[in-house]
Amino acid sequence: MTTVTATPHVETAPRARLRIPPVPRLLLHATLILVALLWLEPTVGLLITSFRPRGDIASSGWWMFFAQPRFTWENYQAVLSAQGMGDAFLNSFKIVIPGTLLPVFIASLAAYALAWIEFRGREFIFLVIIVLLVIPIQTTLVPVLQIFNRLGLTGTYLGIWIAHTAYGMPFAIYMLRNFFAGLPRELLESARIDGGNDWTIFLRIILPLSVPAIASLAIFQFMWVWNDLLVALVYMSNPETQPVTVRIQALLGTYATEWDIMSASAFISMIVPLLVFFALQRYFVRGITAGSVKA
Amino acid sequence: MKTHPIVGWLFVIPALILVFFFLIYPTFRTIQLSFDRGEGFTTSQYVGLDNYVTLFTQDRQFFDVSESPPRGAVFTTILWLILFVPATVGLGLLLAVMANAVSYEVLFKTIIFIPMGISFTAAGIIWRYVYSPDPSTGFLNALLTAIIPGFDPVAWLGRINIVNYALIIAAIWTSTGFNMVVFSAALKSLPGEVLEAALVDGANALERFWRITVPMLWPTTVVLITTAILWVLKAFDLVYIMTQGGPRGASRIIGFTVYWETFRTARPGYGSAVAVIMLLLILPFVIFNIRRFRAEG
Repeated sequence: MTTVTATPHVETAPRARLRIPPVPRLLLHATLILVALLWLEPTVGLLITSFRPRGDIASSGWWMFFAQPRFTWENYQAVLSAQGMGDAFLNSFKIVIPGTLLPVFIASLAAYALAWIEFRGREFIFLVIIVLLVIPIQTTLVPVLQIFNRLGLTGTYLGIWIAHTAYGMPFAIYMLRNFFAGLPRELLESARIDGGNDWTIFLRIILPLSVPAIASLAIFQFMWVWNDLLVALVYMSNPETQPVTVRIQALLGTYATEWDIMSASAFISMIVPLLVFFALQRYFVRGITAGSVKA
Repeated sequence: MKTHPIVGWLFVIPALILVFFFLIYPTFRTIQLSFDRGEGFTTSQYVGLDNYVTLFTQDRQFFDVSESPPRGAVFTTILWLILFVPATVGLGLLLAVMANAVSYEVLFKTIIFIPMGISFTAAGIIWRYVYSPDPSTGFLNALLTAIIPGFDPVAWLGRINIVNYALIIAAIWTSTGFNMVVFSAALKSLPGEVLEAALVDGANALERFWRITVPMLWPTTVVLITTAILWVLKAFDLVYIMTQGGPRGASRIIGFTVYWETFRTARPGYGSAVAVIMLLLILPFVIFNIRRFRAEG
């Protein structure tokens, strides 16, 4: 299976460092610092740009900010109101919250049954889930749109909630089933002897014991839905309900080289994922590395 | 454990209904639509293999072997596979090993990993700015103008022979952090005794890297290569945001072409045929996954 079994996270405890002679060591530091600066430049450059006055942006690059440090919130004010990024930001929230909670809950149910209930067809169902892990969204768009048009779900929140729930299913079930299956059997058996049925075992034992795995999955799904462009572009293109990513691609059509608008819009779309990233880095990295199959 | 057989099904039924209507049925329906004009997003007129024939004989933005090197979305996707996959995985390994030897490892890895947290939409805007043809605002042109005397600013995303390399570099920027973090975790889980034994045997750093670290990380590497290949085959956002497949179709890749032909040129049947070709390219990974699953029991 194309998943990483280790649970890596960025902040690992430093081990004993290898001893390296001074000259190669200096080269190592120089290379790493240069790479880090190169990696930061694109993001930092656009971030600084988003706070510069329109005239400055048009006439000079972000590095000139240090020569003429003029700061403004105007670009953000302009895109939040006049360019509809404020509404799009709220739409993104309306999409992402159910788009995260629904798939995590429905997948937990299925994953529990696939891990702990013996029934005919269980193996086959899991095999189907594994096949679906690699199916691209692109091969499903037209038929789903046809169903949505027939049911009047195109452009509605309900429609995109269901779509994100369904598209998130294979990975969520796969990840949770593997985690649930690793829980100690004795615990479930003793709960059953005490008279617990599958529903109470699921609610009182499986879910509480799986909080770290469920958190990783929820954060992964949250980031996936928030950052999604393709699904929303096809099912939510209507200006009243479109999320930030779709709004940005619409702005690009008119303001492609107006960097005051584009830089502030890009950062409004990045605030939430960046906050999640820095606040919950450990869970996020765990989810995204396990989620390599989907991304 | 004994429960009524229906209970298991009750737990899985909601998930099964969802994947049936959003993944299983649509995939078969798309195959059917690829043999149709597909107007109005439904079967309108059966055309047999026409869509496929057109794709491979008349659509120069999809498959063009009249030039050398060949052009079109199929070959651009292959170019991505050849350049992007080894670069992002190799660089990930290199950075993980290098960062492992310094005290500011955590900070360094966080910096490289940040692009994984933002959308490809935002990353696309970020890189459009880096590649801006105006040397007074675009970082890359400004940098090269400052370093190389008489350098003429380049429209990195506007030139047929450059655009794909520019896009691939942006893609490497977004995904190398992921490979680095996975390699880094794998590195730290390697048994220390093996490396220590090699040290005692007098192996130098390069020997230790090639003869011990690389072979021991091979299972991780296979997973990451697979992931990167699948990513290329499904990629859409970055190309859509940065170039819309242009100039003149030069940066189209398969995952982008499906969307473009279906919704922009409004030929759902034709776009479905591209989707089926995409599916065929992904098929080996489906088989690979099933085999792995069977082997694990």
